[in-house]
Amino acid sequence: MSEDYNDNKTIHAQSSETMGGGSAGVTPDMDYVRPAEIADQDLYHGHSFITKWIFCQDAKVIGVQYFLLATFTGVVGLILSWLMRLQLGFPGAAGFVTAEHYYQFVTMHGMIMVVYFLTALFLGGFGNYLIPLMVGARDMVFPYLNMVSFWSFFVAVAVLMASFFVPGGPTGAGWTLYPPQTILEGTPGSGAGILLMCLSLILFVAGFTMGGLNYLITVLQARTRGMTLMRMPLTVWGIFTATVLAMLAFPALLVGALMMSLDKVLGTSFFMPTILKAGEVLEYGGGSPILFQHLFWFFGHPEVYIVALPAFGIISDLISVHARKNIFGYRMMVWAIVGIGALSFFVWAHHMYVSGMNPWFGFFFATTTLIIAVPTAMKVYNWILTLWRGNIRMNTVMLWCLGFIVTFVNGGITGIFLGNVSVDVPLSDTYFVVAHFHMVMGIAPLMVIMGAIYHWFPLVAGRFLSEKLGKWHFWLTFLGAYSIYFPMHYLGFIGVPRRYYEMYDSPYVTSAVGMNEFISLAAFLVGAAQFILIYNIIKTLKTGKPAGKNPWKANSLEWLTPTVPPEHGNWGDRLPVVHRWPYDFSVPGAKDDYITQTTPPSEVSNTGVEKT
Amino acid sequence: MHPGIIFFLVILGSILFHIFTPWYWTDVASNWGGMDDTITLTFWIGGGVFVAVCLFMVYCVFKFSYKENRKAEYKPEDKKLEKILTWATTLGVVALLAPGLVIWNSYVNVPKNALEVDVMAWQWGWQYRLPGKDGKLGTTQVVNVNDNNPFGINLDDPYGKDDVMIQSDVLNLENNVPVKILLRSVDVLHNWYVPQFRAKMDAVPGIVTFYWFEPNKTGEFEVLCVEYCGVGHYAMRGGVIVQETQEYNKWLDEQELFSDLIAKQEKMETEKTKLVKK
Repeated sequence: MSEDYNDNKTIHAQSSETMGGGSAGVTPDMDYVRPAEIADQDLYHGHSFITKWIFCQDAKVIGVQYFLLATFTGVVGLILSWLMRLQLGFPGAAGFVTAEHYYQFVTMHGMIMVVYFLTALFLGGFGNYLIPLMVGARDMVFPYLNMVSFWSFFVAVAVLMASFFVPGGPTGAGWTLYPPQTILEGTPGSGAGILLMCLSLILFVAGFTMGGLNYLITVLQARTRGMTLMRMPLTVWGIFTATVLAMLAFPALLVGALMMSLDKVLGTSFFMPTILKAGEVLEYGGGSPILFQHLFWFFGHPEVYIVALPAFGIISDLISVHARKNIFGYRMMVWAIVGIGALSFFVWAHHMYVSGMNPWFGFFFATTTLIIAVPTAMKVYNWILTLWRGNIRMNTVMLWCLGFIVTFVNGGITGIFLGNVSVDVPLSDTYFVVAHFHMVMGIAPLMVIMGAIYHWFPLVAGRFLSEKLGKWHFWLTFLGAYSIYFPMHYLGFIGVPRRYYEMYDSPYVTSAVGMNEFISLAAFLVGAAQFILIYNIIKTLKTGKPAGKNPWKANSLEWLTPTVPPEHGNWGDRLPVVHRWPYDFSVPGAKDDYITQTTPPSEVSNTGVEKT
Repeated sequence: MHPGIIFFLVILGSILFHIFTPWYWTDVASNWGGMDDTITLTFWIGGGVFVAVCLFMVYCVFKFSYKENRKAEYKPEDKKLEKILTWATTLGVVALLAPGLVIWNSYVNVPKNALEVDVMAWQWGWQYRLPGKDGKLGTTQVVNVNDNNPFGINLDDPYGKDDVMIQSDVLNLENNVPVKILLRSVDVLHNWYVPQFRAKMDAVPGIVTFYWFEPNKTGEFEVLCVEYCGVGHYAMRGGVIVQETQEYNKWLDEQELFSDLIAKQEKMETEKTKLVKK
């Protein structure tokens, strides 16, 4: 052991003593890992095309299926946003975008992007692909249920898309679906449209619960030998915590959707007070519209973190690998993820400061909301402190990471405006809100998704995506998206309300016409830039540079499979054994600048590695 | 070009945009200037953090770009630094939260002398009601609303008889007199918002919600509905005219009272019966 690193944290050959294993009297074995407690998992191996690629039980294939279907919904959402921006930037330019259609586009864009795109992509896509690989399992613990989860999602998407083709079209109630207008005439799609939306959400939640149970139990029960919870990559921590949130939050949405359907179909009055419509008193009475808002946001706010926490986890891993440096403050990062997750259930009514709920709630929810800023800020500090004295590869993946930091901090700061109850009063329901949540939970997670695609594509497909196309893709997306949403905040300051089909000529907003045109043009460009990625993927699959094993010189298990791309069952004959955390980069004294999680201590006993 | 330069220009551009933007809030025309001040404070603290974090990031990107022969530092944790950062952030958050809560406290506590205004919303329009000489608004019910009783006032409520009815989407207010806006809706959610007054609240069918402000500039302002209320949402506008006392009182005298309406209807009824008898 070298003198320089002989402090008490350095690994001494004591792991077997502390773990109480090994046979007594024998020299303590520094590489000792507790034996497996349960037998290896038996997997169903499909042989036909259908069982291998369609009704498949391999989490990796299910992950790709989730990814592709979510991307499809994302493209639909993107096209809807183009149509909206067409109307906002150039009112009347496209005659077919009537007010009814505009509101339908707004609604479907919001719901698709939040639930069917981001949630499905992060948890269904990345969760399925990465969790078993990263914790060293052969597959999810319930592969069959996992398959049903995807196909429930498929049906949910089919039902959602079907609503475009029913009489009256899809619901145009806004993605928050606030009653009473949601189910009353006067809102587009208040007939079949809203019922299909509720049905689709119910199917999504049911399918998602199947997947979610899989993620949780796989993380808790199927980790390989040596993979303690505090040795898991932050990606797994993020997805795991997000899934816990989803399990607790989605039931509120399910109940809300169910009660709303009953109000519509059976004429119950869960959310419906006495209402006068066209001079007639409707047969409703006694219900509370605000009750729905509480249910919706009890789901809706954790939902923000269901998207954000996996993004936090993934970005931590990407930054660490490509800065060739351990993530700074790993334990703080883990507790921040868990803490943010727990706090996210106590802040929902900050969406409702001016909803007409008892205004005294404002004090409580403003305080809890601003408390969340502290662990979130700690995460940001730790990301940039990971860059500090790193050895940063300026590749496409790192660019997406840097883009994430800029957009996330920007969107996080504007969140402090909106969380701080009395500051929210002038800004709520204006474009400031639209700009804020697009920056923080639209663009920032998108940066993570893109970074993750460029990072893990060599694993999934065995080939590198083109760096040149990747850089074009990044700069067009980042600069374009930033110039959409940064100036948009200032429209909110003027007081321009959201969900306005047209502003007409309010005296103080005529000056916004030019900005709206600019934002629309930028939106067309950013949307079009995404097709660079699709082209890049197709081209790479044909002619891309082969990646080989562990091309980024990463430490975590997913890169250490015997074959690339990994096969069904992931690990060949023997499961990997884990000896350390996944962040041993640039350890002093080590030969390479990385030490994989499976490297036993005896191989690096002369280095300054700290025990993890 | 080094990517760090572009990131630096993005940060610089953001600051310059903020300084030189022609798009900024309208002049405040009510007592809620404190909200603007809190926004400004949040801009300084939050904007400072944003710029500091991003510039630190840009510095790292320049300084620590990949070199074959360099090794990154190996330092998993720094307890002291993490502690300092936690407490500094907490302090910043408290500094922002405190003024926010103070203003919220005055937002939810309405001054005793505020004039109560009933703002009634429907798909898609507004109308207003002021208390009469007795200073109290009569109680209302949605089921009472009809052509003869546009506000749905309970006929057996003595306070309702002298209420001033403004069946127009434009409301006149007296300068420097606090107003308590009582919001109600007969159908769906709405929200009565004048950007220059800063304040807003949803109108919710089934309950009466409120907020207050004190206009302090005379002039005409546009009212916007800012809670999505169906396909006519964007066209649901109204107006407010803030006047000095003399003009305001002149306007007030010209408005119809509920008792006038009842009398008019009774007269019409009698004439109708006369006609039938003939």
